[in-house]
Amino acid sequence: MDLHELEAIAEREQAQRPHLRILCCAAAGCQASGALEIKRRLELVLSAAGKLAEVEVTPVGCMGLCGHGPLVRIEPEGTVFERVTPADAEEIVSALEQGPCNVLHCDLNHPFFTRQQPIVLRHCGRINPERIEDYIAVGGYRTLYHVIHDLTPAEVIQIIARSGLRGRGGAGYPTGLKWATVAKSPGERKFVICNADEGDPGAFMDRSVLESDPHLVLEGMAIAAYAVGAEQGFIYVRGEYPLAIERLQKAIVQARRLGLLGAQIFESGFNFRVDIRVGAGAFVCGEETALIASIEGRRGQPRPRPPYPAEKGLWGMPTLINNVETFANVTAIIENGPEWFRQIGTEKSKGTKVFALTGKIRNTGLIEVPMGITLREIVYEIGDGTPDGTPVKAVQTGGPSGGCIPAELFDTPVDYESLAAVGSIMGSGGMVVMDEHTNMVDVARFYIEFCKDESCGKCIPCRVGTVQLFNLLTKLRNGQAQPRDLDTIEELCELMRETSLCGLGQSAPNPVLSTLQYFRHEYEQLIGVEVDHGS
Amino acid sequence: MTTPTTDIATDRNVRPVSDNRRKILEATMKRFQYQGDALIEVLHKAQELYGFLSPELLSEVAQRLRLPPSRVYGVATFYHFFSLVPQGEHSCTVCLGTACYVRGAAHLLHDLETLSGVKAGHTSSDGRFSLLTARCLGACGIAPAVVLDGEVIGHADCSDLTARIQKLLGREE
Repeated sequence: MDLHELEAIAEREQAQRPHLRILCCAAAGCQASGALEIKRRLELVLSAAGKLAEVEVTPVGCMGLCGHGPLVRIEPEGTVFERVTPADAEEIVSALEQGPCNVLHCDLNHPFFTRQQPIVLRHCGRINPERIEDYIAVGGYRTLYHVIHDLTPAEVIQIIARSGLRGRGGAGYPTGLKWATVAKSPGERKFVICNADEGDPGAFMDRSVLESDPHLVLEGMAIAAYAVGAEQGFIYVRGEYPLAIERLQKAIVQARRLGLLGAQIFESGFNFRVDIRVGAGAFVCGEETALIASIEGRRGQPRPRPPYPAEKGLWGMPTLINNVETFANVTAIIENGPEWFRQIGTEKSKGTKVFALTGKIRNTGLIEVPMGITLREIVYEIGDGTPDGTPVKAVQTGGPSGGCIPAELFDTPVDYESLAAVGSIMGSGGMVVMDEHTNMVDVARFYIEFCKDESCGKCIPCRVGTVQLFNLLTKLRNGQAQPRDLDTIEELCELMRETSLCGLGQSAPNPVLSTLQYFRHEYEQLIGVEVDHGS
Repeated sequence: MTTPTTDIATDRNVRPVSDNRRKILEATMKRFQYQGDALIEVLHKAQELYGFLSPELLSEVAQRLRLPPSRVYGVATFYHFFSLVPQGEHSCTVCLGTACYVRGAAHLLHDLETLSGVKAGHTSSDGRFSLLTARCLGACGIAPAVVLDGEVIGHADCSDLTARIQKLLGREE
């Protein structure tokens, strides 16, 4: 495979493609709402009308507005239909000629679409994730070619470092620095791991990216492997994401067949093989040392750092671990240059961030926004407020490691430092909107119960602390708590934060501390008051 | 966190003649060159084939991969995905992720428990129905989400779900 062959595939693909295309979202959410049946019906209607040669029906990845799914897009015109049912197939086909039918029309001028800036999601919902030719037709694997043939590993690392890209898994460690550490660490073999163990409840960014554009992640991983000197990569995916696993498997096979993964990529001396490891349902495996233990076939228990995986990781070798979204940013940065990327976002947080906007919000879905946008813009403009107009009370970011940000602080810009300053974290991108009906003590208890179940049991502060916190919060909820219990809760939170071994235990108190800080009255109301268990 | 498979709870002795599950499992271990590192992959395959991990199955895996049984047992019990007991013929998994929780999944689960008489995480005494929970299916866009025998159902509603479960259980009686 060389550049000419790659371009020939792209040209052939463009030439063969019918002018009109109907793109059906076939990501997990829309599939559950019957998207595949819609695709089948569309094909039936088209074939009955003898139009199957002129119009192509293609399954694509996530179009973003999951709450209004299933979604269908007409290309090249760009109309999007929402809440489509199989019965609408005829109307959609007739709309191809007679103009759009108003009933299902999705307003693309809505801030939900106009306020977004897709980089990671730029191909999502536009290409068929199960065909590598589709990815190549939109320019895929050109960057990998350019990197291997025109840049040295050090130059690649420099570009990533200069771009200011930070880890999208939540902690925000500078990606370039991490790559540089792995590159300079001595080791007979090195590894690249893609962390797709998206365990935060309420988050589905990585799932959507893997289901919608798996080659983008593979290409990013290959570039990283070239930069750090690795020949083997692993993608650690949650077992709860069968569709993402299936599409990744297909993507790897296709890329290998074309010589874009495997030995002597693009006829160079660079080899890179990628294997999938399926998680078995342990939230703690999102922590990098636990994830490594899991790939090694052991219990997913973290170990103290340092040494960091960049120096001693998988089987004791230097290992680069980045999140799905981090890898998905790589090709765009190299294509457009680091200065382009630096222009987006804030001083310390560059680029965009993908969020899964869920909970009590009208426009549930997947969004990609520039860093620095305010929570208010996300909740009220993009999200369009709550479905029934109930006032929004708080937004939860960062899942069980994050906090609840109250409505008064919605002018907080979304970047790593600002979110940390208000007691939450950026996290991997879950954003759950809560309205006046949501009880914040219940929310805190919900997260602590989660952490209690997911604590690996290795260190005492986390193993015992989560149980004690859960018991105290349950006592509070049942109206059996004393005022001094609130002090105990706070003391325990501090202790866990200071002394736990890994991120799970250190950040587990965040939902409690942030709700105590902003919604203390809800805790105080429950002291010594028996409450109804039903709610 | 246990994902239902269709091959659930079939007694291994029922179909000994055409049982090539052992062969498939052996092929999986061979593909990983019987390396201990592949333990989780092998357990995934074993559970997919047999529906759950029986003590005999675990010791066999330990033997073939040359691992101490304690290590195999330790791994099998650490991960939520692996089940050491048979699951019901049919299963309903309620997602309790944050988005589903905020949209009433806890109520839904409570109602399902009451209506089916099965506690979350348990199987009915006749072995026909399991009520399970998941931490997050990543289907937050259509919360609350439920998986009924492998099919994801969005915007789940208790009465509709109960009707579906009854239909599943009733059809085969």
